[in-house]
Amino acid sequence: MASVISSSPFLCKSSSKSDLGISSFPKSSQISIHRCQKKSISRKIVSVMAPQKDRSPGTTGSVKTGMTMTEKILARASEKSLVVPGDNIWVNVDVLMTHDVCGPGAFGIFKREFGEKAKVWDPEKIVVIPDHYIFTADKRANRNVDIMREHCREQNIKYFYDITDLGNFKANPDYKGVCHVALAQEGHCRPGEVLLGTDSHTCTAGAFGQFATGIGNTDAGFVLGTGKILLKVPPTMRFILDGEMPSYLQAKDLILQIIGEISVAGATYKTMEFSGTTIESLSMEERMTLCNMVVEAGGKNGVIPPDATTLNYVENRTSVPFEPVYSDGNASFVADYRFDVSKLEPVVAKPHSPDNRALARECKDVKIDRVYIGSCTGGKTEDFMAAAKLFHAAGRKVKVPTFLVPATQKVWMDVYALPVPGAGGKTCAQIFEEAGCDTPASPSCGACLGGPADTYARLNEPQVCVSTTNRNFPGRMGHKEGQIYLASPYTAAASALTGRVADPREFLQ
Amino acid sequence: MAASLQSANPTLSRTLASPNKPSSFATFRSPFLRFNSTSVASNFKPLVSREASSSFVTRSAAEPQERKTFHGLCYVVGDNIDTDQIIPAEFLTLVPSNPEEYEKLGSYALVGLPASYKERFVQPGEMKTKYSIIIGGENFGCGSSREHAPVCLGAAGAKAVVAQSYARIFFRNSVATGEVYPLDSEVRVCDECTTGDVATVELREGDSILINHTTGKEYKLKPIGDAGPVIDAGGIFAYARKAGMIPSAAA
Repeated sequence: MASVISSSPFLCKSSSKSDLGISSFPKSSQISIHRCQKKSISRKIVSVMAPQKDRSPGTTGSVKTGMTMTEKILARASEKSLVVPGDNIWVNVDVLMTHDVCGPGAFGIFKREFGEKAKVWDPEKIVVIPDHYIFTADKRANRNVDIMREHCREQNIKYFYDITDLGNFKANPDYKGVCHVALAQEGHCRPGEVLLGTDSHTCTAGAFGQFATGIGNTDAGFVLGTGKILLKVPPTMRFILDGEMPSYLQAKDLILQIIGEISVAGATYKTMEFSGTTIESLSMEERMTLCNMVVEAGGKNGVIPPDATTLNYVENRTSVPFEPVYSDGNASFVADYRFDVSKLEPVVAKPHSPDNRALARECKDVKIDRVYIGSCTGGKTEDFMAAAKLFHAAGRKVKVPTFLVPATQKVWMDVYALPVPGAGGKTCAQIFEEAGCDTPASPSCGACLGGPADTYARLNEPQVCVSTTNRNFPGRMGHKEGQIYLASPYTAAASALTGRVADPREFLQ
Repeated sequence: MAASLQSANPTLSRTLASPNKPSSFATFRSPFLRFNSTSVASNFKPLVSREASSSFVTRSAAEPQERKTFHGLCYVVGDNIDTDQIIPAEFLTLVPSNPEEYEKLGSYALVGLPASYKERFVQPGEMKTKYSIIIGGENFGCGSSREHAPVCLGAAGAKAVVAQSYARIFFRNSVATGEVYPLDSEVRVCDECTTGDVATVELREGDSILINHTTGKEYKLKPIGDAGPVIDAGGIFAYARKAGMIPSAAA
């Protein structure tokens, strides 16, 4: 199947080899057969004849055209030896993730299009994670989780992280929380694979060297039935971040810096590949923060070359074999950006756009009403550890309500169990309590995207909030006139202590 | 998937459109992911389903080429209209594949716009909009991947969006669902049109246009290419079925 479509003028294979699960391309037209006969060549030769700009005329033999990581992943997933940006290819999907908000619609389309009795293409490759609207009395939201439970039972979905007891999330051993963090923690993020999800922040998994991107319900309905999707190979923008990361900076500062540089549409349709010595020094969770927000620049996916840090994380969480890929030295990038991270300062994104960048210290006159720490972007274990570290270093109490929503059950347990380094054995939870924060809430997407009216910490008044989340468009956290300053956990914690947007260096130096 | 049926041959792409709603898109473009340059696309050598497409050829070859036209009032918005403004997250509990909830989604279309927008896209208490053409600036539909966004616009009765540029997932979802035509303007029309202006969008081979009858100005639109027939058909599944790419009746 994968070979049916290619934009390469050199590659055209018979559709008779189609192995698409549905009976697509049942018969070839005269036109295409004619074309194929003219161009039909073996795959082996394809690699030789692949169009190359830089190859010297005299080159013979098996010449390798440089590909980026993303191109390599997509080439392998489409069973091709070479893809170039702009190619439309059928890609075999390794993992399809959906959640309570888009799952019912995606399965609804799947049933409508493939039939009431249709079976999904592979019940072990679909991951269903209720996480958006869980702890709410909203009947339709509750119903949507029930709908997903029904579908998962009927389809024998292996990975369904269910919740039935809404009163106490801990009574639900299967329940995880925010899908993008849960995917990583449960070993579904694996280098070299293709992950699609009905959520724009699916790109988070690019941190593992995976091709990961968000799709809509209709595309997901198609994937549910076939395990395939038509994708266009994106061109890759490369971001090289070098230099020692100052102790007061976090990955959130880096990605806000980059989005501020290229704008909310600066990477539209493109891949953002991150490399450099700074990236190599980042933990997996920090890398996830970086890739999480590529969609805020319009990016199709973000990707980071897997290394020992990656392999260590992944191998501890899955026994599924995987094969990392890396960009070739002669791969083509449409843009190269270089940053000397040692010279960067803490930044925020001011209302109402993630690219509305300003230095945190430039906003110190902005009075705030609340602070929110949570979400797939800023609700991971290390995000809470960072906030707790700052609170502990400051030894002061918060001046505004400070809401804490761990992303997953695992993060919640870490908040209560792990000692914060340098804090005399205290846990995050203890430090948060001493600082006067709200008690850490049940893990979910929470108020990052507003949600039903009774969502914990939802912005119901036109207030100013410093948040570790990912978007600050009007109405994002609930109230249309609310103002959201996107910031790192350090900056959010510092702002909580001052009641104004604050530079964490005030407390961390 | 739809792209594979499309050929650089203009006759074929034309004829793949619905027989009821003939269209005339000749320029090759991917239905999902747009090209800035048609030169990339011209390398595309798709295979074509003979039986399906030839029957369309026969049927529609006899029909005159028709223009696809939308006529109505404009609703004008600015840059970076994100999915939270198109359909706030609190309404995502509505499942678009459920017909009743589909209708309801329409009633909330663009309800997330700030109060600075004096005219509402859908009047309170109404299910449908009186505006059939939405005019926007850059990066329309940025933000989340929620398909509820193009769905609510289509459910409300909007036919087309004319913007300077689109966010990737919104564009693809618009095409995949067939809910609205996401059309690119060559100039910044959102600064030259006002909500309530009477306008016509004419989708034509090569030179699609937006006419603002209120101001008397005419604007060139970029060709929608292969996405056109997919939207004409009513989305990716309907298109694929019509074209014989997938079986026509689900068991």
